[in-house]
Amino acid sequence: MTTFVIEANGLTKRYRTGTAVDNVTFGVAAGEIFGMLGPNGAGKTTTILMLIGLSEVSAGTARVFGRDPKREPLAIKRHVGYLPDSVGFYDHLTAADNLHYTARLMGLEPEVRKARIAAALERVGLSSVADKKVATFSRGMRQRLGLAEIVMKDARAAILDEPTNGLDPQASVELLELIRSLKTQGVTILLSSHLLDRVQSVCDRVALFNEGRIALMGTVADLGRQVLGGGFAVEVEAQGGTNVATHLSSLPGVRSVEQPAPGRWRLTCDRDLRAEAAAEVVAAGARLSKLSLDEPSLETIYTRYFQSAQEVPRAA
Amino acid sequence: MRREGSAFQGLGIVLLKELADHFASARMRVLEWLVVLTALAAVYGAIQQVRDVTAEDPFLFLRLFTTAREPLPSFVSFLSFLIPLMAIGLGFDAVNGEHNRRTLSRILSQPIYRDALLFGKFLAGLVTLSVSLLSLWFLVIGLGLIMLGVPPGGEEMARAFAFLVVTIAYAGVWLALAILFSVVFRSAATAALVTLGLWLLVSVIWPALSPAIAETLFSGADQATLVVGGQMLARLSPATLFGECVLALLHPTTRTLGPIYLSQLQGAVMGAPLPFWDSVMVAWPQIVGLIAATILLFAAGYVTFQRQEVRA
Repeated sequence: MTTFVIEANGLTKRYRTGTAVDNVTFGVAAGEIFGMLGPNGAGKTTTILMLIGLSEVSAGTARVFGRDPKREPLAIKRHVGYLPDSVGFYDHLTAADNLHYTARLMGLEPEVRKARIAAALERVGLSSVADKKVATFSRGMRQRLGLAEIVMKDARAAILDEPTNGLDPQASVELLELIRSLKTQGVTILLSSHLLDRVQSVCDRVALFNEGRIALMGTVADLGRQVLGGGFAVEVEAQGGTNVATHLSSLPGVRSVEQPAPGRWRLTCDRDLRAEAAAEVVAAGARLSKLSLDEPSLETIYTRYFQSAQEVPRAA
Repeated sequence: MRREGSAFQGLGIVLLKELADHFASARMRVLEWLVVLTALAAVYGAIQQVRDVTAEDPFLFLRLFTTAREPLPSFVSFLSFLIPLMAIGLGFDAVNGEHNRRTLSRILSQPIYRDALLFGKFLAGLVTLSVSLLSLWFLVIGLGLIMLGVPPGGEEMARAFAFLVVTIAYAGVWLALAILFSVVFRSAATAALVTLGLWLLVSVIWPALSPAIAETLFSGADQATLVVGGQMLARLSPATLFGECVLALLHPTTRTLGPIYLSQLQGAVMGAPLPFWDSVMVAWPQIVGLIAATILLFAAGYVTFQRQEVRA
């Protein structure tokens, strides 16, 4: 078994009104980007708060760097950077002053502080506005300033709650790029989101949260196999030829062939059959014009999963 | 198993930051001007009055604080009115402000405990109030020196200083209350309104109401019980406690803050001032009461804050 940097074991949070997090178990390995996905109110933020000791644990255990956030929150918070959902800063202070305050709380020495703050702001591309008041900052700039705080902390693990929430596409691409660059430095990252397609591109593994539980967990490809049933979808576009569909369905490994439009076929197969399909289309005497492999999209998995998850209780 | 590390780690940093915020804020500037101008007006009035009436008062300097000249109230009554306002102004958005700016979870994810944040905020408020009150105190004494031309005696200074300490304790009560409500209410406006409402109730309505309540509570009891009961009830209000402290400290002839029994009058020289420490002893329960109220209110806010969910 690999040792996990962040680990939740049967983690549960009960409020008087109900259970927010119900028996959640997962682990984030060192250097991994782990995504917690799910609709709002699925218990992602509550799980995060329990992991860094900002919320009491009702049952189960949480471990970060092998430490218990209930008992040793300071040791954890010293090495974990946290970017809350729609992070806030003191508007009347400048970007650099905001970082100075948290740097002092982190206990950084004055000399180290200055250099680290400058480097962190440089890293997230905010050096030019370091002496501007945060009141003038856009949402994207605030999120980047939040990341700068984590960079400055030299955190070994970062927990990001909805980092791309409310950002325009350009800003969220930039932010994800920054997150990826953190990973290359060996930072372990746990992030939560309900924006699936953006997050899909950075996460090594994901867990789908629903009503306080983890519904599914694994790599995106794994989930695709579990939820969508079929492994790979190959799309073929070709002109002419005879009995193309029959030819394609005769290939070993093809489970079904659909023809959504004239001259277009969609194959569901067990493995990547692009090369074989191309040969078969040509053998049928058709001119191949497009060949593509649909990677399972998290969006599809998610929608499909929650559709079926909702149908069950309604039927019952 | 104990939790690791000191609860006060980061306290100094929070304190300094909050202090800087207070001193730079526009709110503080307005409050300062309000306090300084009104207080100066009151002292000026008092000086005019003091010049007119007395030359033989041994505690001439203390009259600066307590003498009123129509239509202005005395410096002390001004203070008892303005200090709660100032303290509430500094404290009403201490915690809910952090919530609403969404800075709370970010700050608490740094290696500090919640204790440091709340305690730092309270101390910063108290230091700010103390600095303002101390400068005000110096202002008044300086003005008195210049305009009266009489230097204060040692005992007068001691009494004036004790008065300053009591004033700070009184400010602490309202600051702790404001911070408590800033923890309880998520909206800063609600917190401010509730605190102000409670202040009105406690300092204006309650003293007037307490004799009536005493009468219903102890109906049929003798006159002395009614008076003492009413006074006890009135003392639940920090404004009453502050008023009594001031009375004992700044009017040296005050012998008791309750009803006077005949036995106490035996051998007393009417109108003779008490020594300083005896005056302090007269007001001691009230002084302790003010400090205890501050601690209790702060503790209530502290417990509530510790149990509160951080998430917005």
